Amino acid sequence: MDKFRMMFQFLQSNQESFMNGICGIMALASAQMYSAFEFNCPCMPEYNYTYGIGLLIIPPIWFFLLGFVLNNNVSVLAEEWRRPTGRRTKDPTILRYMFCSITQRSLIAPAVWVSVTLMDGKSFLCAFSVNLDIDRFGNASLVQGMSESERIKLLARIPCKDLFQHQEIRAAASRYIKCISQACGWMFLLMMTFTAFLIRAIRPCFTQAAFLKTKYWSHYIDIERKMFDETCKEHAKSFAKVCIHQYFENISGEMRSFHFRRSSRDGSDDDSEDKKSDEEKLLGIRAQDDMNKVLWNWHTCKPALALRKDE
Amino acid sequence: MERLKLVLQYFQSNSESISNGICIILALVSVKLYTSFDFNCPCLPQYNKLYSLGVMTVPPIILFFLGVLVNRHTGVMMDEWMRPIGNRSKNPAVVKYLFSAMIQRALLAPMVWILVTLLDGKIFICAFSVSVDPALFQGLPNNTGLDVIKIMAKVPCREDVIFKNSSFRKAVSRYVRCYSQAVGWSILLFLIVLGAMGRLIKPCFDDHATFLQTRYWSNYLDVEQKLFDETCVLHARDFARKCVVQFFEDMREDTVLYLPHPPFITNFREDWEEEEEERLHGITKQEQVDQLLNKWYYSKPELDVTRISHRPKTCVTWEDREGNTLYSDV
Repeated sequence: MDKFRMMFQFLQSNQESFMNGICGIMALASAQMYSAFEFNCPCMPEYNYTYGIGLLIIPPIWFFLLGFVLNNNVSVLAEEWRRPTGRRTKDPTILRYMFCSITQRSLIAPAVWVSVTLMDGKSFLCAFSVNLDIDRFGNASLVQGMSESERIKLLARIPCKDLFQHQEIRAAASRYIKCISQACGWMFLLMMTFTAFLIRAIRPCFTQAAFLKTKYWSHYIDIERKMFDETCKEHAKSFAKVCIHQYFENISGEMRSFHFRRSSRDGSDDDSEDKKSDEEKLLGIRAQDDMNKVLWNWHTCKPALALRKDE
Repeated sequence: MERLKLVLQYFQSNSESISNGICIILALVSVKLYTSFDFNCPCLPQYNKLYSLGVMTVPPIILFFLGVLVNRHTGVMMDEWMRPIGNRSKNPAVVKYLFSAMIQRALLAPMVWILVTLLDGKIFICAFSVSVDPALFQGLPNNTGLDVIKIMAKVPCREDVIFKNSSFRKAVSRYVRCYSQAVGWSILLFLIVLGAMGRLIKPCFDDHATFLQTRYWSNYLDVEQKLFDETCVLHARDFARKCVVQFFEDMREDTVLYLPHPPFITNFREDWEEEEEERLHGITKQEQVDQLLNKWYYSKPELDVTRISHRPKTCVTWEDREGNTLYSDV
């Protein structure tokens, strides 16, 4: 019982913090992945926009789905949704609550990626360099006499330091676009924080009592599932222990009758206490052939999964 | 025994996390291996594709087999699959469950290698630079006398002289790397959608009750194998102890027969003296010890400790020259 109590306390105290920890790790992984990822604008008019915006959108989707995959509560939610009613009624508010909490946690890593990308600015630069009005940044003589497609090709090369020769124009254009990108980034952060604040601040105004109940029972379902898994594991261990013990007894039971004919049994009652426990430890197997038979039978003829009731 | 129980408990509770930990370590090893690998594209039209294919497929295969080797479930699964039926019926669902668990863990490190390769792009550039249409880019060096294919094949090598003053190589590299990253991200997205769908939809189709049973018995097999090994180890220790003690006792009996014994016997013994006597097993002289060690090497005792439980107590009887009993332990 002590063991179960200790386990219960551990699970109880750490479930929330465990999920929050995973959430934090994923956010850090998101930022780290961005810095490790080599951003590689193609600098061609047909592909710039796709690449730039794609890199702003696809990785967040990936992180969001990864949050779902890594979160164990998703299976709990799905099982609770699909289980037959049995003797326990189903409460849809609990399912909604669990779904909301999973979604909220999964949204953090994508938000981190989007913010970091916008603050860095490379993605916007790649996507929107063809839309620049080059007159603003330098002498327009650069593009005089160029056809439309050539002008676009030239503008598309701005994000690439090694492909665009006029460094001053490139630096000026980069700064401009990065500035817009950072403004968008800060707006995004502000919006996310404000939304989170609204949700947190306003929700208690509605249905607080029902919310407490929902939170309790969804937590209970999670804990119950964990305890059931732990109990099954403990049971499997005890089952295995008794099964092996009975297996040795079965085999040594056969052997013991054989040895009884060979040697006389005397003085076994006079044996001292420790000798008796030594004898017990041997589980009746005392000869090489017997042990070989034990090991051979363990593979070729495994015992049935049916324990005898002793005493 | 208590300590053993604690250790067993620790391993039991952590066997899942041990498997996951090994899986992640292998994935990190895969990334480290890639970053330290000195990639060396041959820059020749005939060999580029072959080299790239090799680098992209051989390390993942090695990592996959490594993953299968270090996984505990592999042994348990093979054991359960290959054993004769005996007294216990076989459940194919358990074997399938163990197999899928093993495969999932083993596939992580190879996938990480392939994805890091694609996101980095060097291998794609090496393989597909000859397939790019050079008309898309300006600045193709046309004064070298080489044909176009050979020039395109040289694009992955940045130190080659024909590209010295032109931006052609960089433009082509960027273009191909862009494709490579797109393919990498697509694969990542596909895998994660698969994983998410699996997590969300599996309980709808699978019979969860059967799944609980399968999981219980898979875990049981793992625990049973561990416990059996532990029991055998403990048994071997006790067996060995008995065997060695028996050997010493046998030597004592022999020495009683062959070597002179002091003519006086005292029945009065202190407790601690008794204990020490017991531990010495009757071997108290240098010649006895030498003989014992010699015999241990040249003539090891047979593996049968039955006698020690039914061993008659060593008794001494002293007789005078006429055969009258002076003193006896019997």
